[in-house]
Amino acid sequence: MRRNGVFLALPTILWLVIFFVLPLAVVLVFSFMSRGRGGVAIMPFTLEHYQRAFGVFFIILQRSIGLAALTTIVCLIVGYPLAFFISTRRRRIVRQITLFLVILPFWTNFLIRTYAWRILLGEEGTINGVLLSLGLISEALPLLNTQLAVLIGLVYGFLPFMALPIYASVERFNFRYVDAAHDLGANDVRTFLRVVLPLTLPGVLAGCALVFIPSVGAFVTPDLLGGTKGLMIGNLINKQFGGSGNMPLGSALSIVMMAVVMISLLVYVFANRREAAA
Amino acid sequence: MSVSSELLINEGSMRRNRAVRRFGQIGLWLNPVFAYFFLWAPIVILVLFSFNDSRSVASFTGFTLKWYNNILNNVMGAERAFSTEIMLNAFRNSLFVGTVATAIATALGAMIALALARGNFPGKKLIDGLLFLPVVIPEITQAISLAIFFKVAFDWIATISGERIFPGFHTIIMAHVTFNISFVAIVVRARLADMDPQLEEAANDLGANPWRTFWRITFPLVLPGVVSGALLAFTLSLDDFVITFFTSGVGTSTLPVFVYGLLKLTVTPEVNAISTIMMVLSTLLIGISLVLQARSASRV
Repeated sequence: MRRNGVFLALPTILWLVIFFVLPLAVVLVFSFMSRGRGGVAIMPFTLEHYQRAFGVFFIILQRSIGLAALTTIVCLIVGYPLAFFISTRRRRIVRQITLFLVILPFWTNFLIRTYAWRILLGEEGTINGVLLSLGLISEALPLLNTQLAVLIGLVYGFLPFMALPIYASVERFNFRYVDAAHDLGANDVRTFLRVVLPLTLPGVLAGCALVFIPSVGAFVTPDLLGGTKGLMIGNLINKQFGGSGNMPLGSALSIVMMAVVMISLLVYVFANRREAAA
Repeated sequence: MSVSSELLINEGSMRRNRAVRRFGQIGLWLNPVFAYFFLWAPIVILVLFSFNDSRSVASFTGFTLKWYNNILNNVMGAERAFSTEIMLNAFRNSLFVGTVATAIATALGAMIALALARGNFPGKKLIDGLLFLPVVIPEITQAISLAIFFKVAFDWIATISGERIFPGFHTIIMAHVTFNISFVAIVVRARLADMDPQLEEAANDLGANPWRTFWRITFPLVLPGVVSGALLAFTLSLDDFVITFFTSGVGTSTLPVFVYGLLKLTVTPEVNAISTIMMVLSTLLIGISLVLQARSASRV
């Protein structure tokens, strides 16, 4: 068994090399090739697609990162107190129920959860219907197919990814430290900033990474809720694989997106390490 | 500084402290109210309007089951033709892909988890990275990389053998196995980490050969982890849209790909009804699988 370890690992390694590493390598090569007829990649090599990614398409890259950052911040603002609320319930059963109520909606397919917001945000949707009948507005607000709709959809899609890791670290937090800080003369704000926040920071960092990364690469949410105004880099990549597509450009955009993800992962690992050392 | 002014400062800071605490307490109550409302309102609205008497989603006018009836009679509202047959077929496709992909991914994932936990060979760090990456890279990147890869590979095979392979079940299954391996490996490794290696050493000391030790000791002990990993893989496979969308061929749509086609259109009560049915089914399915998982974990 001990000696055979390599042979046991080999089939899986082979599979991942063929179906994961090799395809990414093909994408990397494609991203430097020219566009041929039908959007396929042909020789010669060129930097044209990267120039476009940071040129005409830079605004969409910027929007994607901006929306992902905003999603992370909103999830943190909503998720942090929520995690605190759940883990400070005295009775075990109440803790379990409040936690379960956060998880349960996520047993439904992501597409359907996103679609539900189309019902709410549409021009003849529920929110406009309620506001009109209450007389608060005189004509329907444009809610769907905006960046706001994408932001709402992303927060809705990824909120548990923020709340659950924070919940895990609040669960481990010993509330006697708060009493100790108070006894030593610290006020509430100081206690929070110097004691509570640092000790729950690992959960916050993990939550931020878990929300930011899939938000940058979101495709379904902006596709169903964003229209043309809320177009993100994931949709732009998707478009390069349709009829009038451009596979090399799509590849270059994917590589850029992966670079963004890798950089944010490095930031996470670095912050986590500093946190662990402190 | 005189004594009285010091007291004054103290009183001021105490008042401020009380205000902060009050504000914090209100916030700590308001936040969950808002959060739970935010999490549940879309779901409640979706279910509610699948029973609404009118086609509107702006106001509820009365209870009806006619949209559910429409689905059974292949009516999708507006002008779109819809077939329950196609939907059921897509669901069968989902189950088929999910089952095959889960079987392969579970075997491959459990094998590498065992190798990493018990084996001793160079390059383990590298393999860790290889297993970690598919979990973190965006779905769309993985999807288009597989789409391009299959296209290039099939073009190449066509020029060599003259035979053209088209994307279909095989491509979807290969893609699903690829993203599932890591999740299975993570779950099985967690189980192996909890296991006492002394049990295996004891079996060895008692004269069992490595093969016997594996089947009599290691395998029964990791089995709950393998079952959890398989259930997770199956769930992820049934749920996946983005990667399937890019790797499926004509006539091999899975349920999420089919549903996406419906959801892209305008909001209709029939789509709401289908969404409600799917929501209930997936919730039941995951609930049952979690109960089974908890049972198989507690048995050992």
